[in-house]
Amino acid sequence: MKMKCFSLVCAFTTLLFSSTVFAAAPIKIGALFAVTGPAAFLGEPERNSAKMVIDEINSKGGIKGHKLELVAYDTTGDATKAVQLATKLIKDDKVVAIIGPSTTGETMAVIPVAEKEQIPLISCSAGSKITDPVKKWVFKTAQNDSLAVGKIYEYLQKNKLTTVSILTVSDGFGASGREQLKTQAAKYGITIVSDDTYGPKDTDMTAQLTKIRGTHSQAIICWGTNPGPAVIAKNARQLGIKTPLFMSHGVSSKKFIELAGEAAEGIKLPSGKVVVADMLSASDKQKKSLMAFVKDYQKHYKTEGDHFGGHAWDAVNLIKSAIENGAVTAAAIRDQLEKSRAFAGIGGSFTYSAQDHAGLGKDAFILVEIKNKDWMIVK
Amino acid sequence: MQFDQLLQYTLSGLSTGAIYALIGIGFSIIYNATGIINFAQGEFVMLGGLLTLSSLELLKLPLWAAIPCSVAFSTLVGILFERLAIRPLKQPTPINLVIITIGGSILIRGLAMLVWGKDTHAIPPFSGDTPIAVGGATILPQHLWILAITVVIIIINKIYFYHTISGKAMRACAYNRRAAGLVGIDVRRMVLFSFIISSAMGAVAGIIVAPLTMTAYDVGVMLGLKGFCAAIIGGMSSGISTVIGGLILGVLESLGAGLISSGYKDAIAFIILLLILFIRPQGLFGKADSERV
Amino acid sequence: MKRDLFLFIGFAFLILLAPQLFSGGYLMNVLVFVGINTMLSIALNLLLGYAGQISLGHAGFFGLGAYLSGILSTSYGVDPWLAMPLAATVVGLMAFFIGFPILKLKGHYLAMATLGLGIIIYIVFNETVELTGGPSGLSGIPNLKIAGITFDSDVKNYYLIWTATLMVMLFSLNLAGSRVGRALRAVHDSEVAAQVLGVNSRILKVQIFALSAIISSLAGSLYAHTMTFISPASFGFNFSIELLTMVVIGGLGSIYGSFLGAALLTLLPEFLRGANDYDIIIYGGLLMAMVMYMPGGLVRGIPALFRRLVTTKKGEAGHA
Repeated sequence: MKMKCFSLVCAFTTLLFSSTVFAAAPIKIGALFAVTGPAAFLGEPERNSAKMVIDEINSKGGIKGHKLELVAYDTTGDATKAVQLATKLIKDDKVVAIIGPSTTGETMAVIPVAEKEQIPLISCSAGSKITDPVKKWVFKTAQNDSLAVGKIYEYLQKNKLTTVSILTVSDGFGASGREQLKTQAAKYGITIVSDDTYGPKDTDMTAQLTKIRGTHSQAIICWGTNPGPAVIAKNARQLGIKTPLFMSHGVSSKKFIELAGEAAEGIKLPSGKVVVADMLSASDKQKKSLMAFVKDYQKHYKTEGDHFGGHAWDAVNLIKSAIENGAVTAAAIRDQLEKSRAFAGIGGSFTYSAQDHAGLGKDAFILVEIKNKDWMIVK
Repeated sequence: MQFDQLLQYTLSGLSTGAIYALIGIGFSIIYNATGIINFAQGEFVMLGGLLTLSSLELLKLPLWAAIPCSVAFSTLVGILFERLAIRPLKQPTPINLVIITIGGSILIRGLAMLVWGKDTHAIPPFSGDTPIAVGGATILPQHLWILAITVVIIIINKIYFYHTISGKAMRACAYNRRAAGLVGIDVRRMVLFSFIISSAMGAVAGIIVAPLTMTAYDVGVMLGLKGFCAAIIGGMSSGISTVIGGLILGVLESLGAGLISSGYKDAIAFIILLLILFIRPQGLFGKADSERV
Repeated sequence: MKRDLFLFIGFAFLILLAPQLFSGGYLMNVLVFVGINTMLSIALNLLLGYAGQISLGHAGFFGLGAYLSGILSTSYGVDPWLAMPLAATVVGLMAFFIGFPILKLKGHYLAMATLGLGIIIYIVFNETVELTGGPSGLSGIPNLKIAGITFDSDVKNYYLIWTATLMVMLFSLNLAGSRVGRALRAVHDSEVAAQVLGVNSRILKVQIFALSAIISSLAGSLYAHTMTFISPASFGFNFSIELLTMVVIGGLGSIYGSFLGAALLTLLPEFLRGANDYDIIIYGGLLMAMVMYMPGGLVRGIPALFRRLVTTKKGEAGHA
């Protein structure tokens, strides 16, 4: 009897899956985003942006007569689910390309699947090791965290600040930032005098900051995503720490300013250009894309678009240009992606090549400072 | 090692510890009256914070009115939880109770996620955020609120449990439910009472810590666990021992993060918990109790 | 006894036949995970359902198996076939020694202690970055190989995982029906009575705890070698709760129940995929509803429900 139930369930499952196969010719693009779970702040804007761009393309009649169809799944930030769903996208939904996943951990888990099944994967996560070394089928649109670290270190070097304390969150984002902070320090003549971490759910970081205060370093760099850095900003203010505080691009959204309130003033961080789109000079190549993205996102979702959503926007548009150039199959899309040159997106100006599947230079980030609850570009 | 650094670790630890203590007492009250470890206790902490947020922003209430409003709603959820999940249970074995409170906590968290979304929210402090210097260290006015409210709650608890009939009845249930029933105490009503008290207390804890820790649908998990640790260190008492347990936990965590390793901070807390359970399962201050060993 | 054997052979036959029915595709991949989760639920069920000892830290043992085997085979070049039993031995010994103090505790205290243990293990995965790769995970774990076959596709993994799962099932069914199984149930019902009857309940509990950890560790190693990538997030507190849910929903003290629970909870997200944000609510609600209305789990609840429908409303007893 139990077996009957089980085989019924299985039969139903197969039915459910096979019913998604249509006879029509839309081009199917898969997406894996962490819409719920701890990385929801990444996954949600990413899914929204991807959906927005695809709807827009379809409302204009598609690309060369082909409509696009987005098959998006929620990975909940879990690497196991990401791998399962990647398999599902490839085997059952028969997508020609996959956008995402949202986090580096999930991406690393999905890479072997994409490589084996030969489906282009455009990751929306920041870890440098995703495309270093280059993998044939794997690209990324999120700026490498090495670039963000470089941006901060450049500023420190210019201002002759040579000793720093780092405080990173103990998750994939923080671990990757911590690794980059440590490896690049020497290149910029910087010494890391203290290296601390905090948990993603921690609610008080005064202990770590007290220790940092005792080291008398010239700068503090914190690597994390909301809400941790907001707590750190508040704790630093409570302790009266005057040392300049730097954050990562993980908090370059209005949410951070809202959470940290007064304590956010004066904090500097590398950010994608999207937060200061309207302040950019008209000659900036990205300005047109940025303004369009910000306006559309506001219109569709009544909230501010951030650079996480931008990663998905870039990924969809890169695939769009590949299809415009005549690619329909997975292999052709991959080849066209590799030929993308100076594509002005949200994350930066992308130029992929056989040696570089990250495609961005240092100009992808700008250093911003929080002043009067808004962003200012640091010259 | 400078003195003011050590002082800061201790002060930070004490203020975090007071939060754990407040949550821990909520656990103890239910446990003492019913023998249930309410794994959903942390969710009331979350509800307190988020309901205050809604009262402030949606109902446009001033803070002094938003707080009782939020406590009342959280208590209502506590009552519903007891009525709908705990009372109808046919086989209230410890394992079933653990599972049902875990299920309840997942459900409440899920509903909160739907209502308030996944974002973290900030709540304004009760009386500004100008740091107060204590020796070479600093604390915030909110920390004083936490300490003061913890003290008030302990006093109220003491009065309730030792000087009112229903408080005494609840203590009788804690000692021996069967005997309490035999002398005419309505045990089921006492169970409901304990849920009312502890959900209200959880909500209060959630409200006063929210300005410091901020709040989101999932803050209850970790705070709940830490509160539970505090209660166990204090031997599941609903009084001063749990407070001391919370303070010890907070200070050790803070010293651990500052002096040993910030990454292992939580591990330190749980290792202490295990050691206490192994060596003195009745808590640091409790008398031996055959039920727990 | 004979009936049990036939039931098992029938079950095994259907399981091994399944890939022929649903050729390839994504479902195979899900069924691989059903296998791994079945193994884990059985491990937890031996402890919880038979010996009556709760554990909220089993994801830790699962993770230890995955990491030990993963690290040994990736960083130290140990053959996966050797790494798996090595990992299981280490985890088993660890569980054995920690079992003595931890199983002295009862009920909620035991729940809390095992929960703490699980969290400590999780933190260690996160913090020992040089060894485990930290939160970013450990990648490039080799697939298992035997006689020229590399287990690198879903169908091959299906046979690998399910062979192991069926072996674990057979072993557990035997154990449950043996003298040890009866002694365990005695401990479950009343430890004092069991002791009076000459059962050394303390050693027995510790042994079953270690056995449970060993099976979890094996499941973890197999998981690592089929996924080829592991990260701490898969072995957190939430997964311990998920395992507990599987065991309770399937039915405490029933090996086939563990399979039902694991299958339901692994397949459920596939059906709930449309209801993205709601699945956590359904999850919590299901857990509560099962304890309240079907405390015996699916394995007992469905037949009971079926019988009731047949006797009260003859003819209408279609589906329930």
